[in-house]
Amino acid sequence: MSDIKITIIDREGVKHEVDAPTDMNMNLMEVVRSYELAPEGTIGICGGMAMCASCQCYVLSSHELPEKSDDEEAMLAEAFNVKDNSRLGCQLHIAPEMNGLEVELAPEEL
Amino acid sequence: MIETDILIIGAGPTGLFTVFEAGLLKLKCHLIDALPQPGGQCAEIYPKKPIYDIPGFPEVLAGDLVNNLMEQIKAFQPGFTLGERADTLEKLADGSFIVTTNKGTKHHAPIVAIAGGLGSFEPRKPQLENLAKFEDNGVAYMIKDPEVYRDKKVLIAGGGDSALDWTIFLAEVASEVTLVHRRNEFRGALDSVEKVQELKNLGKVNLITPAEVVALNGDDILTSVTVKKTTTEEETQIVVDNFIPLFGLSPKLGPLADWGLEIEKNAIKVDNTLDYQTNIPGVFAIGDVNTYPGKLKLILCGFHEATLMCQSAYQIIHPDKKYVMKYTTVGGVTGFDGSKKEAPKAVVKAIE
Repeated sequence: MSDIKITIIDREGVKHEVDAPTDMNMNLMEVVRSYELAPEGTIGICGGMAMCASCQCYVLSSHELPEKSDDEEAMLAEAFNVKDNSRLGCQLHIAPEMNGLEVELAPEEL
Repeated sequence: MIETDILIIGAGPTGLFTVFEAGLLKLKCHLIDALPQPGGQCAEIYPKKPIYDIPGFPEVLAGDLVNNLMEQIKAFQPGFTLGERADTLEKLADGSFIVTTNKGTKHHAPIVAIAGGLGSFEPRKPQLENLAKFEDNGVAYMIKDPEVYRDKKVLIAGGGDSALDWTIFLAEVASEVTLVHRRNEFRGALDSVEKVQELKNLGKVNLITPAEVVALNGDDILTSVTVKKTTTEEETQIVVDNFIPLFGLSPKLGPLADWGLEIEKNAIKVDNTLDYQTNIPGVFAIGDVNTYPGKLKLILCGFHEATLMCQSAYQIIHPDKKYVMKYTTVGGVTGFDGSKKEAPKAVVKAIE
């Protein structure tokens, strides 16, 4: 087991520091769901295929993250509330380099 | 009024397979789905993506799984009400139900099986002030009748296939077509992208990228929209009759939430110790739309839930009959269309 620390600010503005495993093939969206930091049915709706933007988050720390894939770029081009630091949580695979990452969940699309 | 034995809300894989299991019990099914085609998410969101955990299929494309299911249930002649959303559930004195869609189509059945997945797919709406005010007064999220736009000034927003396809189509119908997209790049079939490029070069389509619609203007009826160029922040007011934002679909539990069902975590609570019945007797919830301790939203779990649910449905419809489960290998499959599939009989013949 190797865990890293990630800080997640939920949609109510509450800060959570959570342990995220690097050896369980998890992505950031799944970490948020495993800690129930956003209600089921409001995050990860497409299941992690970069086909909805329900897991959009803003990256607040200065970590070097993997480049966006074409799918992620395209989805963010259609999403709402997108900022320069927007990413899809489902496309961020939990890796040791992400230790200390800080993200804020984007508002839910209504 | 459409009459059936089991009324299935949702024509995704779970709903479709329910038709097969019900058919083995000689129960007829009718399906309602808000999407215009059967298959649910598999057909709408990811038809070209592979699935690896359907038992017996090392790999199957979601779209092919839907086609296979349609083939498997064909002999049981399911009815479909497509492109309509199930809006209301009414329980009659005899315990049966009437489900009415948003277009007023009525369905009557003793059993309702909600296989609604994540809910019905609704258009994603841009977050603009006054948006609701202009709905049906110049703003539409779907194009039902393209003739409405004849000789009108139309502005389409979006960067996917439907934005491109409708831009191409309306270029010949409307007097003016403007396409606004947040990026320079479009995500669509290559020939659609090339066609829009060609129309732009011919001056038949006005393309504004990277840009966004930031405001809607008009008193009661939409008269213009404000478009902001992302690069220069420059805002332009464009006179339009119609604004059509095409940002894809997203699922919403929608009216199901008001049917008096017990809801937890955006899903319908069911009895998983027996038959996936909801708190309303005669109404079941199967597949991704339900929840119970240990629930997994997997297609294969939906198939199992559908199978057990049909047994209970049979008991409700035929309280006096006792059903003994029979393997399809033994009993074959007899369709409502008169077709019969069965295992070939072994030959009994002496060898001389």
